[in-house]
Amino acid sequence: MARKTMIKAINEALHQKMNEDKTVVVLGEDVAIDGGVFRATEGLVEKFGEDRVIDTPLAESSIIGASIGMAMNGLKPVAEIQFMGFVFQGFDQIVDHVARMRHRSQGKYNMQMVVRMPYGAGVRALEHHSESTEALFAHTSGLKVVIPSNPVDAKGLLISAIEDPDPVIFLEPKRLYRLTKKELPDELYRTPIGKAEIIKSGKDITVVAYGAMVPIIEEAAEHVGKEGVDAEVIDLRTISPWDMETVSRSVEKTGRLVIVHEAARSFGVGAEIAATIGERNLLHLLAPISRVTGYDIVPPLAKLENVNYPNSEKVVRAIHQTMEF
Amino acid sequence: MKSKLIQILDEKGNAVEKAIGDLTEKDILKMYRLMNLTRLWNNKALSLQRQGRMGTLASVRGQEASNIGMAMPLQESDWLVPAFREYGAMFTRGVSLSDQYMYWGGDERGARFPDNLNITPACITIGAHLLHAVGIAHAAKIKGEKIMVLSSSGDGSISQGDFHEALNWAGVFKLPVVFVIQNNHWAISMPVEKQTATETLAEKAAAYAIEGVRVDGNDVFAVYHTVKKYADRARNEHKSALIELVTYRMGDHTTADDATRYRKPEIIREWEKKDPIERLKKFLTTKHGWNEDKEQKMMAELTEQVENAVKEYENVDPPEPETMFQYMYSEMPWNLKAQLEEVKEFVKAGGK
Repeated sequence: MARKTMIKAINEALHQKMNEDKTVVVLGEDVAIDGGVFRATEGLVEKFGEDRVIDTPLAESSIIGASIGMAMNGLKPVAEIQFMGFVFQGFDQIVDHVARMRHRSQGKYNMQMVVRMPYGAGVRALEHHSESTEALFAHTSGLKVVIPSNPVDAKGLLISAIEDPDPVIFLEPKRLYRLTKKELPDELYRTPIGKAEIIKSGKDITVVAYGAMVPIIEEAAEHVGKEGVDAEVIDLRTISPWDMETVSRSVEKTGRLVIVHEAARSFGVGAEIAATIGERNLLHLLAPISRVTGYDIVPPLAKLENVNYPNSEKVVRAIHQTMEF
Repeated sequence: MKSKLIQILDEKGNAVEKAIGDLTEKDILKMYRLMNLTRLWNNKALSLQRQGRMGTLASVRGQEASNIGMAMPLQESDWLVPAFREYGAMFTRGVSLSDQYMYWGGDERGARFPDNLNITPACITIGAHLLHAVGIAHAAKIKGEKIMVLSSSGDGSISQGDFHEALNWAGVFKLPVVFVIQNNHWAISMPVEKQTATETLAEKAAAYAIEGVRVDGNDVFAVYHTVKKYADRARNEHKSALIELVTYRMGDHTTADDATRYRKPEIIREWEKKDPIERLKKFLTTKHGWNEDKEQKMMAELTEQVENAVKEYENVDPPEPETMFQYMYSEMPWNLKAQLEEVKEFVKAGGK
C-alpha cells in the first residue's frame, strides 16, 4: 500500500493485467514510447514490447476498428483515445460495430475490449479537450460505460473492464488524474461494474454523481451537514448499466434526489435517472428531482470554463431548494 | 500508374492454357457449380422477394466469378471479411443456403455462422469492415498465426475514410491482409468515375506502399490465381495487397432500387457478353467435354438444393422476441430484462 494518484492507479492496472494475461494489448496514439500524453501507459512498452504496446497512426477510426478485429481474433485490446473530443472520428466504429458485433454475429463474436479516454473539463484546455458526452455511449445498447472517481476504483474498475466479456467505454476524469492521492492496494483486485457506492449514508436527501463530480458532491454534503442536512452521497461508478436499485432504495429512504453531472443537461444521464426514479418512486418523492449540470452549450474555453462547470456551491443551492420545497 | 488488366479466360471462353496452372478439371467444375448455384440462389431470392416472401436483397448477379474466385484460394484458417454482396463467397466457404435466405429474409439467426468458419457477418455500412480485417490480421501477427485475412468491398468503399485508414495501417504494420475491391461500377446510382479521379482503383495501393493489381473480375481463373498469389504472399511474407476486380452489377443495387433511373439498358447488354458463367461454360464445352446433358443434370441438382433451402427457410419458426435482447450483452442487464418482460407480458395479454 502506498498513496498514489489516479493516473498511477490506471498505469498499475494496465501493468498488472498485461503481466497476468498475454492476450491483453494496449494501442493508441503516443501510448508506447511516450507513455501516453498523460503517462497512463508509461513503462508498458519497455516491459511488454512493441507487439503488445502499439503506437498507432493518428487515426481514431482505425484504433477502434482494428481493436474490433483483434477482439474477434482472440486478443483483449485496451484502446486509448487521447481525448474524448477526438473519439467521434471513431464513433461509427463504436456505435455501429463495437456495440453491435455480438448481436450481429448472434453471440459468435464477443467484443471483449476497453476503450479508455480522458473526459471532462476543468484543466483550461483547448477546444475538443473538455468534452463530457458520456450520454451518447450510455444511449447505445451493447456498450458498458464506466467512470471512476478515485484512484482505488480506477484500478479495480479498469481491471474489471479488461476482464469483462462485453465492450467497456472507460471514461477517466482527467481533472482528477493527479488531484489527490489515495492508499492503493498493491495486488490485482476488481471493483464490480454496474454497482454504485454509497460514499456517505444519510437520511434527508440523496445526491448522485460520478467521475469528476464526486468530490464536488462530497464537499457539498459536508457543507450542508454542518447546517443539519444529512445527505446520502452516491458515486454511480458505472452509468451503463447504472445501479438503479441503489439509487431507488436511497430515494425510498430520503424522498429527495439531486443528480450532478458536468455534461449538458438535456437528454443526459440525469434525465434518465430522473425519469426512472420518477416512474419507480413517485410516491416516495417529497420534492421534484433536481439536476445540477453543465449547460446545453459547447464546453467553454478557459475564461468561462468555471461558469459552466458545476461546483459545490451550485450543488448546495440545489440541496437547499430541494429541502425547502 | 495505370495497372494492366489481368485476364486468363476471355469473353469468348478462350483461356491461356499455361495460366490455368494447377487448377484441375475437378477444381474448374467446382467453380462452375458454385457460380451457377450462386446465380440460382440469387434468382430464387429475387423471385421470392417479388412475392413478398423475402426481404430487401442485394443481387450478386454478374459478380459470381469474383465471389467464387476470391473465396476458393482461402485456407480453412484464413478469414473472409465481407461486405454484403459476397454470399457466393460465403457459400464457397461453407455457409448454408438456407442461413443466407434467413438472413436476407429478416431472420437474424441466419447471421450466426458455424464456429469453425472464419467469416465475419455482413457489414452493411460501407468500408468499416476493412478495419476489422486489419485488426484480425494484426492479432494474427502478434500471435504468430500463419493465416491471412481477405476483406471484400465495393467500389463505393474507396471513398470512405476507413478505406484509407485500413490500407495505411496494413502498410505501416505489414499485415497479412488482402483488400479485394469488387469494382462493379456502381454505388447505387453513382458510377465509379464519380467516386474517384484516378483511372483505376488498384493504383491507390501506391499511397500505402503495398502492391495493387487489376483483374478481370468476370474471369474466375484470373480472380482465383491473383487472389491465391497475394493470399499466399500475405500468409507467408506478411505482405498486404489491393486487388481490384473489374466486374459489373447486372441488377439493381437492391430490390428497393430501380437502376433504369440512372443507367442505360444498353450497357447491360454489353456486359452480358462478358458474363462470367457463360464464358466458363464455353471453356468447359470446348476443353472438357461439357454438354447440355451434363448441364441439365447439374442444373437439376442445384435447383433441388436451392428449393430445399427455401423449404428449410420457410419452415423455420419465427424468432422469439427474446432473440432481440439476448445477444446485446453476455449477461442481460436489468433494463433489458425488464423490457423483455414487458414484451412478454404484452404478448401474453394478446397484444400485437
